[in-house]
Amino acid sequence: MKIWPVYKKELRLYFTSPVAYVLLTIFLLIAGYFFYSIFAFFTRASMQTAMNPGMGRDLNVTDSVLRPLIANMSVILLLLMPLVTMRLFAEERRAGTIELLLTYPVRDGAVLVSKYVAALTLYGVMLAGTLAYPAILLYFAKVEWGPLATGYLGLVLMGGMLLGIGIFASSLTENQIVAAVVAFGISLMFWIVGWTAEFAGGPLGAVLTHLSILEHNDTFAKGVIDTKDVLYYLDFTALFLFFTLRSLEARRWAG
Amino acid sequence: MIEVQNLTKHYGSVTAIRDVSFAVAPGEIVGFLGPNGAGKSTTMRILACFMPASTGSARVAGFDVFRESMEVRKRIGYLPESVPLYTDMRVAPYLDFVAEVKGVPRGTRKKRVADVMDRCLIADVQNRLIRNLSKGYRQRVGLAQAIVSDPHVLILDEPTIGLDPRQIAEIRSLIKSLAGEHTVILSTHILPEVSMLCSGVVIINRGSIVAQGPIDRLVEQFFPTSRVEVELVAPPPAVQDAVRGIAGVVQVQQMAASNGTARFVVESARGRDVRGEIFQLAAAQRWGLLELRQVGMTLEEVFMRIVAGEESEAAVPAAPVAPIEAPAVETDA
Repeated sequence: MKIWPVYKKELRLYFTSPVAYVLLTIFLLIAGYFFYSIFAFFTRASMQTAMNPGMGRDLNVTDSVLRPLIANMSVILLLLMPLVTMRLFAEERRAGTIELLLTYPVRDGAVLVSKYVAALTLYGVMLAGTLAYPAILLYFAKVEWGPLATGYLGLVLMGGMLLGIGIFASSLTENQIVAAVVAFGISLMFWIVGWTAEFAGGPLGAVLTHLSILEHNDTFAKGVIDTKDVLYYLDFTALFLFFTLRSLEARRWAG
Repeated sequence: MIEVQNLTKHYGSVTAIRDVSFAVAPGEIVGFLGPNGAGKSTTMRILACFMPASTGSARVAGFDVFRESMEVRKRIGYLPESVPLYTDMRVAPYLDFVAEVKGVPRGTRKKRVADVMDRCLIADVQNRLIRNLSKGYRQRVGLAQAIVSDPHVLILDEPTIGLDPRQIAEIRSLIKSLAGEHTVILSTHILPEVSMLCSGVVIINRGSIVAQGPIDRLVEQFFPTSRVEVELVAPPPAVQDAVRGIAGVVQVQQMAASNGTARFVVESARGRDVRGEIFQLAAAQRWGLLELRQVGMTLEEVFMRIVAGEESEAAVPAAPVAPIEAPAVETDA
């Protein structure tokens, strides 16, 4: 599978346009703000603990800083990932460049994987930027490496699924805004689908809970790698990539 | 090099092309002619493997465009009508990307890209963003991406549209220089372009092929007579009678008359030049000979006749219903 040339081209387009830098800046700013507020709260709690040792029972860096930080970052991702992917196919279609791209000797699947991996790479850079916060934490407190690593693994998996949703939405339209809105809509549905679980109850409630995207993320941040959660993200990623491939193919037949 | 058989494409209920068949020999430049919306782009998109045909088959460089699409794609260069380029990229990196995707080996890629930029006269803009290039330069970058992998077959959809006359001349001479080593199929609705560039022509109208073959043969076929235009100071009826008497003259048609001068078109059997006799006649009758010239029948007139003929046929109510076509089943050995 020839993915290197198109992958390089996509990365070039991300990083020679303002897109990558704007996304990076905004993401790091908001994540930094969350980190600051969570850490400041933790510091105050620590001060109070010094006067009242009984409170210190539940106070640890993983549960009080890293877990809320990762949970907050998940929500920002939900909002930002559609913006990472919206351009990928929609813009090619609008500019007509897809007509050339899909007549080069590269299979549709390879084009899709190249674009997906390019988006994943940009996401990787965004996540790498946030490693600054645990690094700052390391200066003041002891960080548990295990939960930190699994927490980021969870973020990668969840982001991967959101990118899959986004690339699928992008393949449906030639309008980037439509692509972003559709991706955001699907992602949001995956977020709020769990909210109705407690009213639904029974097996349906269990299914709805299982479908919820954020539900699966918290276990990672606790330091647990559960195959149920890993498979949830990988399955949905694969499903949306498959949908994208079919959408590309359908577009070919329709002309 | 290109063989198209009974190609049909429907977009929903609209039939873009119907039962299109033609062939292009290696090294030939063939013009694909037709009015706007005739189905030129649809046919080219199918040949370029961008979309599959509804029925029928097409082979490019010996491979089926649908079942062996990857093999075809390695051997073609395609320039769509809209010249879609990545406007946020610079010219040289863009061509390098295309060369890499099309499988030009790493070792020769840099040289290949440089050669193509020289050939297409875009070396001076190689570090500019494509977004900032003029239409003429973009068109040449588009052509450069089509030929960068040195493909056997070039599919060019309206390569000179929207250019100024000097740019058109440049692009034409570039395309002309590609003949021989490449097989070129180019669509256009500019007729002189076809006469200038192409050895053969395929004329398509309203989705069907209406004429094809070498240009001079088509002209002969549609205009079996030679024509001479003559302007004389003479009474028209006398001229009519006298010129009709010349051997080989088929028809004499009066075009205009004023102040004692009259203008005629004299048709004679193809190859028979009657200008000498007309001069002698005028001299003998002491008619003033103001103008005497041969009228070359051009592709343009062939085209107008075909397309106009089709149009008047179309005006007849109750157009024939298209037969329902069975999917083409090809049995390759």
